Amino acid sequence: MNRKVYLTAYNTIVIKEVGRFIRIWIQTILPPAISMTLYFVIFGNLIGPRIGQMSGFTYVEYIAPGLIMMSIINNSYANVVSSFFGAKFQRHIEEMLVAPIPNFVILGGYITGGIVRGVIVGIVVTIVALFFTKLHITHYMIVISIVIMTSILFSLGGLINGIFAKKFDDISIVPTFILTPLIYLGGVFYSIDLLPEFWQAVSKFNPILYMVNAFRYGLLGVSDINIVTAFTIITIFIIILFYFSLYLLNTGKGIKT
Amino acid sequence: MKALEIHNLKKTYANGVQALKGIDLEVSEGDFFALLGPNGAGKSTTIGIITSLVKKSGGKVFVYGYDLDTHSVDAKSLIGIVPQELNFSQFESCMEIVVNQGGFYGISRKLARERAEKYLRQLGLWEKRYDPSRTLSGGLKRRLMIARALIHEPKLLILDEPTAGVDVELRRSMWKFLRDLNNQGITIVLTTHYLEEAENLCKNIAIIDLGNIIENTSMKYLLGKLNTETFIFDLKIPLEKKLSLPDFILNVPDAMTIEVEIRRDQNLNELFDVFSREGIYINSMRNKHNRLEELFIRLLDKNNS
Ligand SMILES: Nc1ncnc2c1ncn2[C@@H]1O[C@H](COP(=O)(O)OP(=O)(O)OP(=O)(O)O)[C@@H](O)[C@H]1O
Ligand SMILES: [Mg+2]
Repeated sequence: MNRKVYLTAYNTIVIKEVGRFIRIWIQTILPPAISMTLYFVIFGNLIGPRIGQMSGFTYVEYIAPGLIMMSIINNSYANVVSSFFGAKFQRHIEEMLVAPIPNFVILGGYITGGIVRGVIVGIVVTIVALFFTKLHITHYMIVISIVIMTSILFSLGGLINGIFAKKFDDISIVPTFILTPLIYLGGVFYSIDLLPEFWQAVSKFNPILYMVNAFRYGLLGVSDINIVTAFTIITIFIIILFYFSLYLLNTGKGIKT
Repeated sequence: MKALEIHNLKKTYANGVQALKGIDLEVSEGDFFALLGPNGAGKSTTIGIITSLVKKSGGKVFVYGYDLDTHSVDAKSLIGIVPQELNFSQFESCMEIVVNQGGFYGISRKLARERAEKYLRQLGLWEKRYDPSRTLSGGLKRRLMIARALIHEPKLLILDEPTAGVDVELRRSMWKFLRDLNNQGITIVLTTHYLEEAENLCKNIAIIDLGNIIENTSMKYLLGKLNTETFIFDLKIPLEKKLSLPDFILNVPDAMTIEVEIRRDQNLNELFDVFSREGIYINSMRNKHNRLEELFIRLLDKNNS
């Protein structure tokens, strides 16, 4: 009987979460489409031809997977952090806390919301990319699984940020000071082969490098790093963040007094 | 069967405030129970712990026999909560809020919609069901929280100041609504600062002050304990000389007003005789407090001294 209750609760959270970002699509879906268009116009069409080839592809082809990944990362993170913090701030998180829902169901619901936002934005951005370059998928399973796993990982990150955030400013600290630098240094715009050896080694501590490269491998068939290593590392991160999030929810951190 | 049992419940907040100092409370099935107390007494803290929103520092809570620590799913399913502060999304419609709450309790969307219609109609919110909740008036927002609390048909309904800021007419209709629910067998626990409301609705009562229960008894017994009543007389012409009424406890705030405390064994006729004799003409008279208010103030005074 409980399983049915939990499933209904889970579905409700997902409906609520997806409904939320669709309702405010001008703030959630449109901006990544616009910024992607700008990236493609500037880096792809204007500057790209002067850069020449990278790993055997035109520059615009090379950066497209990275840019799509960047949107997925930013949006899955943003979805959960703002939704969860908003629920805390307006106190309607209490609607879930008083109900007989275990925390893993709440966690699952928010993550799913983040995945759906990541995937929808990913598709929108891919459509934008198709106006500027051709894209074909080399390894379907890798593309699909890396998109889902990346969304899960950054949804968890967003949730943890949302749990710790005490005011609205706190929800932009991680994106500004951690996420954006890691994305820009994560091989979205260049192959790390271009870097001196030392910086190549440093780059390998950046988890986003693995996601961008795995995704690029799925589309273009080229990667700076080993694909198995990439999946292993992402999986480990997901497991750690999942249990950390669950631990925070179980202790009522930031949501119960 | 006890709908609610609380044993030695304690709460110390992170900032060191000791909000509950070990309270015991029992509410029987079918009761209409008032939890009264001044601002900051610990009422909302108690309710917060019962509804899993506040972490207790010690003690036990049982809801229909289910231990909140070990059987929280069973216990939570039986409770409906109308909190003191608004806690729904400002951007969702009434319908969404109520139906989603049903979903959190595992109720299918179809059934939740049917029930939502029933309660939104009963509470006068049906016309506004698709309006964003932030556009409702204050009184209707409170009613929305009542509809939301009923969606899973709880056996124990807890309302934290449901009529705060609600006009007289809405308040009366809310009373009727709550009384009907209680007659259908739902146990109700309510906090309020309108003592008239508690006197009107509730069968049993607990008074909490500074984190302790200072009175826990039936409304009848409590009111029976009150053996004096204070009347205020407004005079037609100002008092000229100092008045003395040896048998009565007297207070003269100004020359146009006399306050007299009257014991049960005295009667007003004696008083009026004195007034006539002294040439005092009364324009109007009224009770100083309602009866419960008088008792309440005395109990608190006693607790604070
Ligand atoms: N989150 C919190 N952190 C610290 N102290 C708190 C918190 N919530 C309540 N308190 C304190 O605990 C005490 C009891 O508060 P509570 O809200 O339970 O009172 P109450 O009886 O509901 O009062 P009111 O009638 O004003 O609603 C008060 O001293 C209050 O300041
Ligand atoms: Mg309160």
